[in-house]
Amino acid sequence: MTPEEKKALQQTAVSVREGILTSTHGAKAGHPGGSLSAAEVFTYLYGKEMRVDPKNPRWEDRDRFVLSKGHTAPGLYAALALRGYFPVEELPRLRHIDSFLQGHPNMNTVPGVDMSTGSLGQGLSAAAGMAKGAKYLAKDINVYALLGDGELAEGQIWEAAMFAAHYKLDNLCIIVDINGLQIDGRTCDVMNTEPVDAKFAAFGCDVVKADGHDFEALEAAFARFHGNKGSGKPTCILLKTIKGKGISYMEDNAGWHGKAPNDEEYAKGMAELAEARKALEV
Amino acid sequence: MAEVKKVATRDSYGNALKALGAEKENLVVLDADLAGATKTNIFQKAYPHRHFDCGIAEANMIDVAAGLSTMGLVPFAATFAMFAAGRAYEQVRNTVGYPHLNVKIGATHGGISVGEDGASHQCCEDFALMRTIPGMTVMCPADDVEARQMVRAAYEMEGPVYMRFGRAATPVFHEEGYRFEIGKGEVLQDGGDVAIIATGIMVPEAIEAGKALAEAGISARIINMATIKPLDEALVLQAAKECGRIVTVEEHSVIGGLGEAVCSLLSEQYPVPVKRIGVNDAFGHSGPAAALLEQFGLCAGNIVAQAKALLGK
Repeated sequence: MTPEEKKALQQTAVSVREGILTSTHGAKAGHPGGSLSAAEVFTYLYGKEMRVDPKNPRWEDRDRFVLSKGHTAPGLYAALALRGYFPVEELPRLRHIDSFLQGHPNMNTVPGVDMSTGSLGQGLSAAAGMAKGAKYLAKDINVYALLGDGELAEGQIWEAAMFAAHYKLDNLCIIVDINGLQIDGRTCDVMNTEPVDAKFAAFGCDVVKADGHDFEALEAAFARFHGNKGSGKPTCILLKTIKGKGISYMEDNAGWHGKAPNDEEYAKGMAELAEARKALEV
Repeated sequence: MAEVKKVATRDSYGNALKALGAEKENLVVLDADLAGATKTNIFQKAYPHRHFDCGIAEANMIDVAAGLSTMGLVPFAATFAMFAAGRAYEQVRNTVGYPHLNVKIGATHGGISVGEDGASHQCCEDFALMRTIPGMTVMCPADDVEARQMVRAAYEMEGPVYMRFGRAATPVFHEEGYRFEIGKGEVLQDGGDVAIIATGIMVPEAIEAGKALAEAGISARIINMATIKPLDEALVLQAAKECGRIVTVEEHSVIGGLGEAVCSLLSEQYPVPVKRIGVNDAFGHSGPAAALLEQFGLCAGNIVAQAKALLGK
């Protein structure tokens, strides 16, 4: 990754964060915390990693992305808008009664969304089905699923992990956003899902850990996924992240899981992001 | 009298998948460790690389099927009705129904005719659960001929489908020339005193009841309602207008199934007296299928009795 590339990705991540704030502020609802923790991975997937065509969202040979932690739709929508799937001006209309931007991802209304999600625990199974389908059709299609660490308490995640390893889905990349918080508090207090690495390894995945806010670390992690092609092993990337990352008053605060910023908070957050953008230009 | 040929519609399902698989390369089958019971092993033997066993994990299986369908494949997912409609209800609702994906659910072992396994496996709630999902087509074939055609019709249509097949061998009364159509009921016998609307393995019982009623001087219209949703409303309304009395028969709870669908329609559009025959808000129990059906009143004798009662005879 060249310094220019890295800087461009960092700038896009700032824009994704602005989109997250703008959409949840416009909606007066939504989930900023887990969207912000995944801003870099959304940016990397749609900016560098995935073979997609925003002009042809249903291109049948595209890579697929399933947002298993569907409540973080604001992050996905911002990344899609910035990639050109629909105008960024639509973002403040998130969750409005006549908007196509549903509270949770809807594959039939939002261009670029590959699977409707929102009910936790189900996305990985759907992604595994896509990966199995690509194998059956002998197509070189990568499938990415983004999970939350709280979501790992859903038993179906492990049914899907078992399926992925059993059918040797080395075209499936499981990404877990480990921000350590869920609605009721710290994941280790609500329902400890650790050790996540040992669990996915035991289920037959090649497990990679990375700093979820570092694009070079993301690049290395996804390179490992590509290196696993032919191994018969699904890849599991564990991203250490900070919930609410980039907005001072939201960082590592479970209270910002599912709450929208008011006008004052929104202005403060946008000012912080403007600072972050300025810092990148130095 | 010639011996009546009997086939379990789960066998029809397996055979139909195999036949259709020969023509349709994009048809794949999923099972959850019950391939021998759901009869998808008939397909599996012919096309092992197109049969994906998911192990005992029905929730995952349904969502895997959803994912497969987005790749242009037509997945048929099989397990017992209890686990397809019950265990995996929310997967069917949110990841198949809500995005309206082209997933076909072939649920076997519906109703109390599962027999000896008892109440834990006798699903009498699947029609109710599946009917509530917007855009879901819900069907239950009356015999082997209809079941095989239903599988093909499900493949041909775009969108989610729930089909219920039976464990027990039941009479085959359709000729091979019969043509099943989704959303269309079939009038098996015309009559004007009472209409008996039945689905699944209750249809042969309704036919028997029709004969007995005729002997008692009662002219019964016998209707096979293989598609429970979307209901053939025109046929039901016509029966209500022309017969004035309706008996519904299903191997399902009287709550939420065919009987309730018929009552909902008629109460709003053309109220007539209706008697619902089904499982009366109760769990089943172990026993031989035929004896259980008799005990729960899911038999020709009870249909005759209820029809007579409805007519005040």
